[in-house]
Amino acid sequence: MTAPSAVPLPYRVVSHRDETDDTATIVLEPAGAPLPPFAPGQFAMVYAFGVGDVPLSVCGIDGNRLTHTVRAVGAISSALRALRPGDCVGVRGPFGTGWGLPEAAGDDLLVVAGGIGLAPLRPLVLAALATPERYGRLNVLVGAREPGDLLYPAELTGWQADARVLTTVDRADERWQGDVGVVTTLLDRASFDPHSATAFVCGPEPMIRATADDLVQRGVQPDRIRVSLERTMHCGTGHCGHCQLGPLLLCRDGPVVTWTRARSLLLVREL
Amino acid sequence: MTTEASGFLATLAPAHRSRLLALAREVSFPAGVRLFEEDGRADRFWIVRSGSVALDIHVPGRRTAVVETLGEGELLGWSWLFEPYRWHLGARARSALLAAEFDAPKVREACVQDPGFGLAVNHGVAQVIARRLKATRTRLLDLYGPPDTGAAR
Amino acid sequence: MTDDEVATAVLDKDGLDALIAVLVARGRTVVGPTVRDGAIVLAELSDGADLPYGWGVELEAGLYRLRAREDGAAFAHSAGPQSWKTFLHPPRVRQWTALRGADGALVMTADASVPPSYAFLGVRPCDLRAIAIQDRVLTGGMYSDPAYVGRRERAFLVAVECTEPGATCFCVSMGSGPAAGPGYDLALTEVVDGDGHRFLVRAGSAEGESVLAELPARVADAATRTAARDRVAEAADRMGRSMPLVDLQVLMRETLTAERWDDVAARCLTCGNCTMACPTCFCTSVEDVTDLTGDHAERWRHWESCFDRDFSHLPTGPVRDSSHSRYRQWATHKLGTWHDQFGSSGCVGCGRCIVWCPVGIDITEEAHALNREWESGAAEGTR
Repeated sequence: MTAPSAVPLPYRVVSHRDETDDTATIVLEPAGAPLPPFAPGQFAMVYAFGVGDVPLSVCGIDGNRLTHTVRAVGAISSALRALRPGDCVGVRGPFGTGWGLPEAAGDDLLVVAGGIGLAPLRPLVLAALATPERYGRLNVLVGAREPGDLLYPAELTGWQADARVLTTVDRADERWQGDVGVVTTLLDRASFDPHSATAFVCGPEPMIRATADDLVQRGVQPDRIRVSLERTMHCGTGHCGHCQLGPLLLCRDGPVVTWTRARSLLLVREL
Repeated sequence: MTTEASGFLATLAPAHRSRLLALAREVSFPAGVRLFEEDGRADRFWIVRSGSVALDIHVPGRRTAVVETLGEGELLGWSWLFEPYRWHLGARARSALLAAEFDAPKVREACVQDPGFGLAVNHGVAQVIARRLKATRTRLLDLYGPPDTGAAR
Repeated sequence: MTDDEVATAVLDKDGLDALIAVLVARGRTVVGPTVRDGAIVLAELSDGADLPYGWGVELEAGLYRLRAREDGAAFAHSAGPQSWKTFLHPPRVRQWTALRGADGALVMTADASVPPSYAFLGVRPCDLRAIAIQDRVLTGGMYSDPAYVGRRERAFLVAVECTEPGATCFCVSMGSGPAAGPGYDLALTEVVDGDGHRFLVRAGSAEGESVLAELPARVADAATRTAARDRVAEAADRMGRSMPLVDLQVLMRETLTAERWDDVAARCLTCGNCTMACPTCFCTSVEDVTDLTGDHAERWRHWESCFDRDFSHLPTGPVRDSSHSRYRQWATHKLGTWHDQFGSSGCVGCGRCIVWCPVGIDITEEAHALNREWESGAAEGTR
């Protein structure tokens, strides 16, 4: 038997939900043997038949079922977004570092997401909500382009019972009652002790930099800020070389890295 | 009046903070009230205690565009510090609002009388402006928008 | 171990012919150097006559010429345009196939073609190190690359120590030659002198010993042993190039914003020749193809170069858009971040990237220039 890291295993789409104009959430179920279990923050290489595969973070883990939120930004991701229940895909994984939530035991948690960056953070939030006794206060801060671009709006509302959930958009419409502005402004209203807080940040790179810098300024230790980075990936197994960021192979040493490691690398242009 | 320092007040040293707060009066506004209009006289400013304020610009045909929201601890208004002392945005309470309200001419006068205090206030306001400028520039990037070149993968 | 402790033997030219015959008889595809199209290339050998007896090479930045030798030596040439990665990590590999059934179900199957059982004759010490480096990259981590493992496990390596370094060689700087390090099945040292044309041979594995036992070898005499040792020692003193005597990993890390990168970027064509010629460059891209029915798809993998603009493609565009950043990526990876990723340098000092660069960019010259800039403090702001 070949390792599931090298050759995909067949999975079947059991549900599809459009999130926004260009983004959908699909739930996959193994058509045969399942892959090893995924941890929040890890990713799968998901193969659209005859088109190719792309790295997709898991945004839900339910037994052997995998949930992915995919944004159509190219041929492969467009094919994956268009999948309907009953369709088959190939999946390899799990790959990469996870968020490492258990290491944040006892800390206040800051989950900061920008745009599609909420997807990889969702299983982390669900895990923290499931074991509230292990952690301090849970904050979920979400930025999006427009109100209609917010992922999982119903869930965000549901999480409010047990977490401080704040949302902000770049452009409001008339009905929007939340904040307008960048996601970092929400930090003012988050409940956390900077000296015993762990932050988990995912979004576009400038948003990650702005957020992490702001957190450091507020006294959060760089080692306790974990960011999820993106580079192109062809293999997931550390062999294709595409996902290099200086000394890091992001499929292996990432995608989640500490701000201590990431900061200087992100400051070098075109590294 | 609380002396807990957060937001804008945290940028001031305790002595300057007390001096400024001595000039404040507590006010409240119901949700929906307009605090000021574009080009109105900037003769007051506020530090938000609780609630949320929308800064907006009137755009014909697009109703009123909210460009930013401000919340707890934040400075509402800085046009009062610079000539010609006119608001360049409008502001409306989005929820019931509690705020410390300041009489701008009095604060400006205090800044002139006590240059150390004046420098501190100017420095604090400049930090607010810098932070909002940085945030605005980040938003200019339209980071969450669709990628320009949706090529290969 | 010293030569005296290891079973050493001496082969003459007929013994080399016998070596090829024995390896072929064992079902191996024997690949080694041979003259073709004005270069010494690596190709399948049917007998010893295919070896480049009497040919040497003249090397310089951007220059490669064959040169006839009067001594008739077979291995008095340094690295040619190819390396063994062509065989162990081939330019194109089919990784798996996918079939779509009537109900849409997919079946993915690993490529089952059995790779040849190679014997490489004439692996230079630098290239032996290169194979060890690719071993670490492609099999040493959490995941092994099946295509590489299949070829590598079957391969029999006959190293030939280096007695004739080229003007672009710097294996001494990289600690990879001219003597053969570990990893070979057999190691040869060619000696041509008044006592004749012969090869000192020693075994480095059980299979090497068993092959050696089948060869018409004689016990190594002291004169041949001494001559072989001296030829290799002399070669170490005749390196055409050298790296600066600093920690190259640190140098690369500390000079990311050096001005020198602009200088080299003005010359670099981003053609990627260096990455194709390099014996350790391993990067690949994948492509997916379907047949006309649309129900049969294949996953292929091919060599890729970090000099390609699309190599770092993201939905918003390439991360490394400028030639400046792409040359820097290649050089800093090779000499610096390779240590972080795989625990060693990625450079073996073979000099191929210098020879096969169409504009003669020399990685040793660039490293010296970066070191001068760093030492002069001009790159101070990068720390």
